[in-house]
Amino acid sequence: MKSDVVVHDLAKAFGDVAALEGVSFDVRTGELFGFIGSDGAGKTTLLRILTTLLLPDRGSAEVLGRDVVSDMWELRRRVGYMPGRFSLYPDLSVAENLSFFASVFGTTVEAQYERIAPIYRQIEPFADRRAGALSGGMKQKLALSCALVHEPEILFLDEPTTGVDAVSRREFWDMLQDLRDAGLTIVVSTPYMDEADRCERVALIDGGRILRIDAPDALGREYGHPLLAVHGAVGGDRARLLRVLRGLPHAESVYPFGETLHFTDRRAGADPRALAHDLLEALTDAGLSGAHVEPIEPGIEDVFMSLMGRAS
Amino acid sequence: MSDWSASAPVSAMGTRDPAIRVRGLTRRFGDFTAVDAISFDVAAGEVFGFLGANGAGKTTAIRMLTGLLAPTDGEATVAGRDIRTEPDAIKRAIGYMSQKFSLYEDLTPRENIQLYGGIYGLARSEIRARGERLLSRLGLEGAAGELVGSLPLGWKQKLAFSVALLHEPGIVFLDEPTGGVDPITRRQFWEMIYEAAASGTTVFVTTHYMDEAEYCDRLSIMVEGRIAALGTPDELKDEHTAGSIEDVFVRLARGDGAAGAHP
Repeated sequence: MKSDVVVHDLAKAFGDVAALEGVSFDVRTGELFGFIGSDGAGKTTLLRILTTLLLPDRGSAEVLGRDVVSDMWELRRRVGYMPGRFSLYPDLSVAENLSFFASVFGTTVEAQYERIAPIYRQIEPFADRRAGALSGGMKQKLALSCALVHEPEILFLDEPTTGVDAVSRREFWDMLQDLRDAGLTIVVSTPYMDEADRCERVALIDGGRILRIDAPDALGREYGHPLLAVHGAVGGDRARLLRVLRGLPHAESVYPFGETLHFTDRRAGADPRALAHDLLEALTDAGLSGAHVEPIEPGIEDVFMSLMGRAS
Repeated sequence: MSDWSASAPVSAMGTRDPAIRVRGLTRRFGDFTAVDAISFDVAAGEVFGFLGANGAGKTTAIRMLTGLLAPTDGEATVAGRDIRTEPDAIKRAIGYMSQKFSLYEDLTPRENIQLYGGIYGLARSEIRARGERLLSRLGLEGAAGELVGSLPLGWKQKLAFSVALLHEPGIVFLDEPTGGVDPITRRQFWEMIYEAAASGTTVFVTTHYMDEAEYCDRLSIMVEGRIAALGTPDELKDEHTAGSIEDVFVRLARGDGAAGAHP
């Protein structure tokens, strides 16, 4: 299988702070690949190295078969990059920003119109508006249009959905999936675990290290422990439920997940149904009746927290 | 890490005066109505989630409630003070932190504590005592002399929240306090929120994480300047026959007509 990104043992430090501590991975051609991790995990540093904006201290990175250090001028013409911070000209209009970016790459908006139309058409009615006066969602669409206007062969996006509401996030991912379906290779970073499902494969990254790389639905398979969901904080007393669960001898971890609690049982390999039954009994013994306990498949956030716990 | 508080949700109909009382609050910018006659109460000690899509008017509403922006119409009291006539008293009575602005990065945690304590008029001995308590509770004594900018984001946000509570305000406004924070720290942060609420502090919080919306006693969802939904998480899910707050949110924010049509 052909790869558009091949990275080996990449490291970068800023003074005493190690931003990346030797990461290796590859991104296949035509893949939508996600880096999932919180602020400070190293996502931005990694994307800046891959887009030739930052030199690594160690290791190698090839994008489109070219070295990010020695072939940086060629690569800059061939990659698209949407940085995390809004970095268009706020005092230029929507149309002016777009034609500026087109002209920098020696092309025109007219020549590229078909390519960017699915996204640009949504903001075209506001072509004369200053970019600084756009709403958050429209700014993103403009930034994405600008990142695509020179016909890049691969697109890098740094946290395009951070601080964006749940509805706009879904719409943005719909756009990315359309671009992927049209054949573009896409590397995107996000702090939102629930966005993993939108990617072919994801890398979980924390503290400058990659914790795991896999398809989203495969991540849960290696969780290693039975996971139980506890519903129904009896009498609304969620605090007591949490305390009781954490006090149980077989509790590996207990975390709130929206309206439920996730209880990871230490007894790897045990029958989850029997464990659920045990847990319900333990709760009843503690005077907490009426709870519901059921075995569930671990989601990406369960996996991430478990790997974080192991790493620290 | 301590447990989540055992505080039962306080009813907005309780006997105590509400911590926040909003009636017909409106803000227009030229022809544009950013906040359109919103009304709600937040009870003392309640964890109140204030949700809405980008551009729905949340920030404008929060700026009015924190005394930073005068309303065009309507009224509101925060901690018993009128936002029109006593905005400065409100600023003293509340705590505030946001993801975008929390602490001075080029000062140490201890210097930040001294600065904020001073701004809120605490006595020097009081600042020292509360500051040391705060640092030891967070396990930050060792890092008290390092610049805040060098701390991991999770620590920074927990420190910022504690500093926002330093002058023991009755109400604290948290504007996306957990944005970008790792999932374990995010949960620890909510345990701190519950602790504050258990000790009587009213918490007014915005978030884009829909699982966090489920942790609120009650929440409101703003759509185009109006409050489109208000109630406990369970009430909102029942009302909209939805499985999660995310579903409720997406339906309301997209408008009911478009909900099914979207790919």
